[in-house]
Amino acid sequence: MNIMAFSQTDKSSLIELQAVMKIYGSGQAAMQALRGIDLRIDEGEFVAVMGPSGSGKSTCMNILGCLDTLTSGSYRFKGIEVNKLIRNQRTKLRRFYLGFVFQGFNLLSRTSALENVELPLIYRGVPAQKRRLQALRALETVGLKGWESHAPNELSGGQQQRVAIARAIVTRPAVLFADEPTGNLDTVRSHEIMNLLIRLNCDQGVTIVMVTHEQEMAAYTQRIIHFLDGRVVSDEPNRRQT
Amino acid sequence: MLWSTMLLAFREIRRNVMRSVLTILGIVIGVAAVIIMVTIGGGATVQVKQQIVDMGSNLLMVTPGKRLGPGQSTDSIPFKEADARAIARDVSSVIAVAPVSSQSIKAIFGNQNWSTQVTGTDNQYLQVTNRSIRSGRKFTDNELRSGAAVCIVGGTVINKLFGGQDAIGEKIRLQKLSCEVIGILRGKGQNTMGTDQDDIVIVPLSTYLRRIAGNQDVGVIQISIQDGIATEKVQKDIVRLLRERRHLSLSDDDNFNVMDMKEIAQMLTGTTQMLTALLSAVAAVSLLVGGIGIMNIMLVSVTERTREIGIRLAIGALENEVLMQFLVEAVVLSSFGGLIGIIMALTSSVWLARVLRVPFVFNTSIVFIAFLFSAAVGVIFGYFPALKAARLDPIEALRHE
Ligand SMILES: Nc1ncnc2c1ncn2[C@@H]1O[C@H](COP(=O)(O)OP(=O)(O)OP(=O)(O)O)[C@@H](O)[C@H]1O
Ligand SMILES: [Mg+2]
Repeated sequence: MNIMAFSQTDKSSLIELQAVMKIYGSGQAAMQALRGIDLRIDEGEFVAVMGPSGSGKSTCMNILGCLDTLTSGSYRFKGIEVNKLIRNQRTKLRRFYLGFVFQGFNLLSRTSALENVELPLIYRGVPAQKRRLQALRALETVGLKGWESHAPNELSGGQQQRVAIARAIVTRPAVLFADEPTGNLDTVRSHEIMNLLIRLNCDQGVTIVMVTHEQEMAAYTQRIIHFLDGRVVSDEPNRRQT
Repeated sequence: MLWSTMLLAFREIRRNVMRSVLTILGIVIGVAAVIIMVTIGGGATVQVKQQIVDMGSNLLMVTPGKRLGPGQSTDSIPFKEADARAIARDVSSVIAVAPVSSQSIKAIFGNQNWSTQVTGTDNQYLQVTNRSIRSGRKFTDNELRSGAAVCIVGGTVINKLFGGQDAIGEKIRLQKLSCEVIGILRGKGQNTMGTDQDDIVIVPLSTYLRRIAGNQDVGVIQISIQDGIATEKVQKDIVRLLRERRHLSLSDDDNFNVMDMKEIAQMLTGTTQMLTALLSAVAAVSLLVGGIGIMNIMLVSVTERTREIGIRLAIGALENEVLMQFLVEAVVLSSFGGLIGIIMALTSSVWLARVLRVPFVFNTSIVFIAFLFSAAVGVIFGYFPALKAARLDPIEALRHE
């Protein structure tokens, strides 16, 4: 199956989850992280995912981000059944269409911020000079101008988080998955990042799914989904959108 | 892409210099050992071959005694000078025949003395052994017949007794015999067995028998035969003649032995080559051990860098790209080890060749093969760890502490 040739027939539903279950482990130690998720996210949406710790938000994000496989149910991305793709095809999906901000940053240690941000561009085959330029621009966007040569262990938690965001947006992905992108930032920085995400969403039409614990940040989005115990308990448009 | 992967590998290797050095040590030693073995062994073979050429045309050596094995024989009735004459007269295709008797005697000049091989023979000896006179002259027929007190001396004796000075006309003392130096031999160096062929004093056979040995026994008869003649035929003729002269009946075994020196030398070449091959094979095993060392370290490295691999996979690296990254790292490591091994081997071979007095023979193909082999070791032993890295599950890898 050619990844690049997506069916354009069903434009409205970019992401479609149907009765998705995820079970970690097996037998006695089995842990049911997702217990039947039904979800549709359209192109251009900006969605917040909320819920208590352990409710399955990250698990769901990993599945949406094509990083993890589901145990049962169906996940369609642009009409393609992701579960039927082989590993390399899912990797190519990630490489060309998805951006991911991990909850734990997941930056390469002992590697400069600039090189961390360049990494996804390397795998996209962007030539070195262009790569550097784009990475510098992305770092500037998240307010890390002048920190390019610092390795993660020389950066604060908030700075690391912003490097992770820069890495996710440097490729201008079609969809951005952000697992608590403001979790380690102060209020001012958090609002800056939210404004940045809003700009990406409005100006470049990037679809964004963001996990957050903070009502204040969720308020920026158009739609808020609540998770509880591996289920979606509420899914409503955001009325108080700023 | 390959270039950036190489750069990545170099950076990773530099990050852990000490470990990288220890990792490649096995390869360095393996490659160096193989090359040294092949180079020195090749030098020894060349030397043996050169000595066979130096030995001159086909040389037969007739010794008294029954042959037990190579170089071993029982004592038995020695030859007489007349036996040599008979061979020269009656056997066809013979160029020169030299009756030889020798023993180790202390030669004295002034207050210098030197224990050397004193050999009684005639001028044909020079022809048979493919030697020539550097200065002075050979024996005259008169000197040979009358048993004159004259001698031809090898370079080593000249160095030891005369300090390398021209010694023609000087008199050296051999036991009770005081004899005049009339000629100096052109240098020949060591023979196949490693003995110095220039450590020699030649006197006329009659002089030797009468004034030194005190008997008429000829120890060895050396014979050179024409090129392109079947040695076996000449050997048979000599055996028939000598059996007759020594009055052996049909049921008696030979009580002498006709050896083809070329055969012995060729056997020695074979032995040298086989030894070289054997030692190289042993050395090659250490290459294998070096490969296992690389595999071990690469496996550790993969475990250590699980998170990094997870990040790369999550961000869009294909399995193949991760595989290549680790494979290139292993190959860069091992071929770097190979390179160092080659440099070490060549420098130490030059030195070793000098110490062991064998020619230094630069063998391009073994250097090339050793390098390719070390790179191949990287591919073979790096593949499994690299595959392990590539097959990691990104989510699992990211959760790895
Ligand atoms: N690899 C795994 N193996 C076993 N259990 C897992 C694994 N990953 C997640 N879980 C379990 O699945 C449940 C959901 O985890 P998840 O990380 O999705 O929660 P979350 O909503 O993201 O929580 P938080 O807000 O703390 O990040 C948790 O109970 C967790 O223990
Ligand atoms: Mg989480």
